Amino acid sequence: MKIVAVRRISQGFFLALFLWFCVVSSLGVEVWQLRGWPVSWFLELDPLVALGTILTTRSLYAGLLWALVTVMLTVILGRFFCGWVCPFGTMHHAVGVLGKRSMSVSERIAVNRFHPYQSVKFWILVFLLSAGAGSLLARGIREGFQSGPLLWLAAAVSILLAGVTLVGIWGGKRKVGTVLLGLIGFWTAAGLLFAAEGMIGASLQTGLLDPIPLVYRSVNLVLLPLADSSTHVLSVDQRHYEGAWLIGIIFATALLLNLRVPRFYCRFVCPLGALFGVLSRYALWRIGKSCSDCIQCGLCEADCEGGCEPLGQIRVPDCVLCMNCLDGCKHEVIGYGIQPSASGEIVSPNLSRRSTLLALASGVAVIPAVRLGGQLGSNWNPGLIRPPGALPERDFLKRCIKCGQCMRVCPTNIIHPAGFEAGLEGIWTPILNYRIGSSGCQLNCIACGRICPTAAIRPILLDEKRGVGPYEEIGPIRMGTAFVDHGRCLSWAMDRPCIVCEENCPVSPKAIFAREHFSTVRAGLASVRSVSGGRIELAESPFRPGEFATGDYFLTVRASKGGRRSLILENSEGTITVQGAWEGIVKSGEEVEVQVRLQRPQVDPALCIGCGICEHECPVSGLRAIRVTAENESRSRKGSLLL
Amino acid sequence: MSHSTEGKELSRREFLTRSAKAGAALALAGGVSAWLYDTEGPRAPSAAGTGLVELDDFSVYGLETRMSIVHGADRIQSLDVALKALGGIEVFIKRGDRVLVKVNAAFATPAVLSATTNPDLLAEVCRRCLKAGAASVVVTDNPINDPESCFALTGLREAAQSAGARVILPRAGFFRPTTVSGGSLIKDWPLLYTPFQGVTKLISIAPVKDHNRSGASMIMKNWYGLLGGRRNIFHQDIHNTIKELAMMVKPTLVILDGVTTMMTNGPTGGSLSDLKATNTLIVSTDQVAADAVGGTLLGKAVSDLPFIVKAAEAGVGTADVESLKPVHASAA
Repeated sequence: MKIVAVRRISQGFFLALFLWFCVVSSLGVEVWQLRGWPVSWFLELDPLVALGTILTTRSLYAGLLWALVTVMLTVILGRFFCGWVCPFGTMHHAVGVLGKRSMSVSERIAVNRFHPYQSVKFWILVFLLSAGAGSLLARGIREGFQSGPLLWLAAAVSILLAGVTLVGIWGGKRKVGTVLLGLIGFWTAAGLLFAAEGMIGASLQTGLLDPIPLVYRSVNLVLLPLADSSTHVLSVDQRHYEGAWLIGIIFATALLLNLRVPRFYCRFVCPLGALFGVLSRYALWRIGKSCSDCIQCGLCEADCEGGCEPLGQIRVPDCVLCMNCLDGCKHEVIGYGIQPSASGEIVSPNLSRRSTLLALASGVAVIPAVRLGGQLGSNWNPGLIRPPGALPERDFLKRCIKCGQCMRVCPTNIIHPAGFEAGLEGIWTPILNYRIGSSGCQLNCIACGRICPTAAIRPILLDEKRGVGPYEEIGPIRMGTAFVDHGRCLSWAMDRPCIVCEENCPVSPKAIFAREHFSTVRAGLASVRSVSGGRIELAESPFRPGEFATGDYFLTVRASKGGRRSLILENSEGTITVQGAWEGIVKSGEEVEVQVRLQRPQVDPALCIGCGICEHECPVSGLRAIRVTAENESRSRKGSLLL
Repeated sequence: MSHSTEGKELSRREFLTRSAKAGAALALAGGVSAWLYDTEGPRAPSAAGTGLVELDDFSVYGLETRMSIVHGADRIQSLDVALKALGGIEVFIKRGDRVLVKVNAAFATPAVLSATTNPDLLAEVCRRCLKAGAASVVVTDNPINDPESCFALTGLREAAQSAGARVILPRAGFFRPTTVSGGSLIKDWPLLYTPFQGVTKLISIAPVKDHNRSGASMIMKNWYGLLGGRRNIFHQDIHNTIKELAMMVKPTLVILDGVTTMMTNGPTGGSLSDLKATNTLIVSTDQVAADAVGGTLLGKAVSDLPFIVKAAEAGVGTADVESLKPVHASAA
């Protein structure tokens, strides 16, 4: 079997496996449902996830250890992941093949030629990683500054270097001037980092363009809901995701670009590919030519997926090991082995020191800039309700890779990709929406924290979520607090009995309780003509027959008359029948009042967990009359409501 | 950074070098992974704070409780009489002391409205401290309105600076978490701590004011201005909070200014008609006793002000003023 056939089988297998994992991320115990399938495995294999979280948190969380396997294989074999495993890469590959069908060989050779902009992916990698590493850098600088010996050592080395270079410049050696400039640059940067440490955050932004989170969220939040809308196999009812259109457009654009340039994303954008490119520097096995004096037919480049120029000096960081060059070469000049290519090889990314530094500095600076809005401080967004067990916002942003696994697994479909609710850096991070979906956050569900590959949502136990057993003293996990909008609530503003929110409150004792209130209905005053037992005849006929016979209406007389209040059993236009006898309570000519018994909802903030079931059930269907905002959420003290 | 090799036969040495580098990369990746491997994941944000701080005890060691109550319309004269009655400021401020004066700068309103510490009184206290040999005097508060505006409009900044003192405005980095030992409300809460670094003596100067929630804003309530964060949740249990504030701070001396008392519309005031000339200045080492006297200016007995009773029960001081044998004097 040809090696490209093996590659295609591998690609097909891993793509199918990935799609299978997307499908089985459905709640249930069937084989095709979530019953222990390692559905986040591709995310765990992704070394960019591992490296990003290491930089932001200085820890490697559980399953992310799988990335070590990928790293090790890459160091030995090169970018095998891109050409053989990556599901997004396989999609690009397939679309690219479609795009090449109408091209001649020379056109294909032209389109697969190396382009200098293939460096962009390295800038993206450096930029995204330094957005996460800024605070680590600043911390390193601070600890260096604070430790006397280190500071003195750095100062001594600098002074020595400066002296040597000055002597060099004096002696007319121009080149040494760059060392001096480098020194000035280093101390300026160090000083800035030291002074601004408070503002320099660690924010994990790799997930924006990391292909694995990107393909997960695109398939799970866009493709599956569309595909399943006709079958309803994966979910009972239509799944919705706010802002899915943007995710869909980016996904579609990335795929369609392959029609112009094969593997456009892999060549120009992919930060994971860039990381693999760096890691493949010492790869033991490489693609290469066995002799440099081949006939230069160029067929090896006709289907080159990486645009890495195997014909000449092969660019190792761009080679995705598609093996098409082996297949294309009719003279068996190209092979995969430990010999370096006879026509030479370029093992480092095409990246200047200047552009690397620029990408690094922008990455470090961008997070303080987006945080100038103060959304991590007093300007925090109360509409940003995070899933149960989500870390405090600052730590959350260090871990969330925007993969959308929590949104996919949530059985009630209440977890959504954020727009700008969490600021620019929080785009596509999970936010709860209690209007979409089948209910609020289910009291006995902890699926989101269990699936989260990076523990941005902690893998809590049910006991912890509910605040029982060993967690009794701490109490349940609160996502926010429900607030009653008195201007919109049926029983607060409109004299209509309701209390649906209290009924649906799932905590025990209930966080919502009802306060009984009797309200005289509009035009509810009437004067009495006669009384006979419980039947009161009125002087006029102002009422609609049966309108007070619902069990919620009462007839009352003024307190000065004893304040008697009786349930109305029946009414016609001019008579009201109440429970009990009313002879002697009112006389002819006296006034009675029709009152409605209201149960007005009241929230006990000490008990409310912010699950949003009340909000979901509230009959005021637009802007709900009871709404959850993030005040009092467990993960932060900033929003504490209570002492 | 581009590095390339011209095509040639791979020598054994080159292959070994490359293998060694690859091996080193593998070892590095493996080592870092093993070192940083974490099966548990992050813990729940814990309630127990780390890096908690506490304020020192600023009272003069071994000094018995002293108190003077001086009647008169002139604050400077009254202060002079009051301090003399206590043995002079030298009893409290020694050469080399670093003094912090906690004022009530709560609102960005002019001094004449008496919603804030009187600037003349502040200046006089600062001068006397420096005269007694204090190495430095800093004035601070975390007011309710914009801090810069507060210190400017109340005249407190100018007063402090004219007397040779330095004003420290609060900023985020100045707050450190504190827990009041023996308390239950102020736990792991941000305290305006940085201005206290190196400080050896603490003086509080506060006006007597009407206050809706607690009944009166005087010395003990003035410590509220040392708290940061969303401190207004403490209004849910204001009396116990004031008690804990009093437990939290052990001042050298407190000066309660009842020369003018804000009788109504407190604690902001805003009109001269809210004020009444009550012509009383209380200087004391016992903050509870000072507040007990101040309350009478508002027409309130100790029993009307639960925070005084609670603070006394907690052992902060005594509400039985006469048991301290205060010096009563007149400055007129």
